[in-house]
Amino acid sequence: MRSKRPSALVLREEKDFFLFSSPWWLGLVLFVIGPMIASIVISFTQWDIITAPKWVGLRNYIRLFRDDPLFWKSLRVTAVYTFVLVPLQLVLSLLVSVLLNQRVRGLGLFRTLFYLPTVLPVVASALLWLWILNPEGILNFVVGLFGIPRQNWLTDERLALPSIMLMSLWGTFGTSMVIFLAGLQGVPESLYDAARIDGANWWARFRYVTLPMISPVVFFNFLMGVIGTFQVFTQGYLLTDGRPNNSTLFYVLYLYRSGFEYLKMGYASAMAWVLFAIIFVLTLLILRSSSLWVYYEVNR
Amino acid sequence: MRPGKEPKAVGIRTRRNLSRGLIYAILILGSLVMLVPFYWMFVSSLMTEAEVLSYPPVWIPKTWRWKNYLEMWHALPFTTFLRNTIVLTVGRMIPLVLSCSLVGFAFARLRARGKDALFLLLLATMMLPSQVTMIPLYIGFAKIGWVNTFKPLIVPAFFGMPFYIFMMRQFFMTIPIELDESARIDGASTLTIFVRIILPLSKPALAAMCVFIFMWSWNDFFSPLIYLHKTEMYPLALGLQLFRSYGEYLTRWEYIMAGSVAMTVPPLLVFFFSQRYFVRGITLTGLKG
Repeated sequence: MRSKRPSALVLREEKDFFLFSSPWWLGLVLFVIGPMIASIVISFTQWDIITAPKWVGLRNYIRLFRDDPLFWKSLRVTAVYTFVLVPLQLVLSLLVSVLLNQRVRGLGLFRTLFYLPTVLPVVASALLWLWILNPEGILNFVVGLFGIPRQNWLTDERLALPSIMLMSLWGTFGTSMVIFLAGLQGVPESLYDAARIDGANWWARFRYVTLPMISPVVFFNFLMGVIGTFQVFTQGYLLTDGRPNNSTLFYVLYLYRSGFEYLKMGYASAMAWVLFAIIFVLTLLILRSSSLWVYYEVNR
Repeated sequence: MRPGKEPKAVGIRTRRNLSRGLIYAILILGSLVMLVPFYWMFVSSLMTEAEVLSYPPVWIPKTWRWKNYLEMWHALPFTTFLRNTIVLTVGRMIPLVLSCSLVGFAFARLRARGKDALFLLLLATMMLPSQVTMIPLYIGFAKIGWVNTFKPLIVPAFFGMPFYIFMMRQFFMTIPIELDESARIDGASTLTIFVRIILPLSKPALAAMCVFIFMWSWNDFFSPLIYLHKTEMYPLALGLQLFRSYGEYLTRWEYIMAGSVAMTVPPLLVFFFSQRYFVRGITLTGLKG
């Protein structure tokens, strides 16, 4: 595609690349790689910042896995949250975007309405849902219309986590829907026409045309959803502060407490690396699985 | 589904109308579910204390009590919170736009050995959980006395953020490379190409990035929580939740909702005025990943 150039020009372009990208790689060294190395070292110490750090070797990690029930609890809470919320959100937003893609009237209006909650700042959203989920709030009123008795949405151990999921579903649904919609609009109409000529009904068209064609988008949404959701913090911090009985103690909330409330910097760093390992393995698993269910066009 | 192609058989048409009806029913019901919390936030902010506390809930307040907003604003130092939020947002937006477009340009338009590997590294850092660097960064900033200043929040913006770099790179890739090449033949330097050719063609992408940064910064809760411990340093995100820590305001939901509405209005306005940039930015990063 490009013609050959004298090597002096090529070298100058190379120099310019490193010059122009310097903010990024300087930042990478200063704010990512440096701190990462420091973080590994700190995770082998016991350190409250105030007094000198004490080398403890692997003891933080051993304590995490062997002697800390809260670690396991927070891991379980986060895993349940992620693996219920993300698939639920994908299915619902895919459903809505497929419906919106049926040449409905008012597409722009519907899209805006479904997207609107994502515009709300997390703090405002959390306060709003505190109010909605209040024992005397409108959710109890609405479920009361269906004959369901009043619930303590945020103080009942069984309901607190699902309540936070409900809020998150409402708040983040729009993002994946907009991405799906753009993906659906990129599916060539000729494929649907061909399927129709072959006598495919709506389910067959969805199953054998739509789904394979947008599977890369599903994949992207799933991967990003899992990575992002595993690091959930603000909802748990603001809505329930981990209560009741630690049933909403998200992993990062526990990490934050260990570091910034109990000043156990070594322990919190060890937790961060365990989180890193978990997210790394999850990412690898999802990437590996993609060849089984993600369809890429050959000339991509 | 095109009208012209519809077969004449009545049975099929009725079925089609039925399924159309079902589609609209689901969509309308769904958007109602999305909207009711918004409505509830807004009307609650205009209620009297008695109306807020009544059960079953009052769906339409008798009079619209706009005074709630004024009283809410003075219950806590909201003018200060707003000023801090604006300082943080602008203070991060300008350096981020500069650094991210510069780096995005380098990745999209300049050739260099090892660039592909570096790009993979960029993508990898996008996935890196921030908790891994959070504690050393905090300790580092604390050691140089930056805690309780805006510096730990603003200074890193000069070094770009992987997500926005990626977004700009994706956009710059869509501009024909021939433009750069012919400019180079005319003797233009890389900086000239960036400033005179690429940036003027990238206004929609730059606008999209500004919108994204605004939304993110306005929303940002975690980094202020870690670095800012004085009330007079709080941005809105931290200030608003103070209502939860003062007993006298704990059940003043009309104030809390008024505050939430007030904090939501600026991003909402930005969203309405920039919808097309916004959607474009999401799809740009979402589809080509």
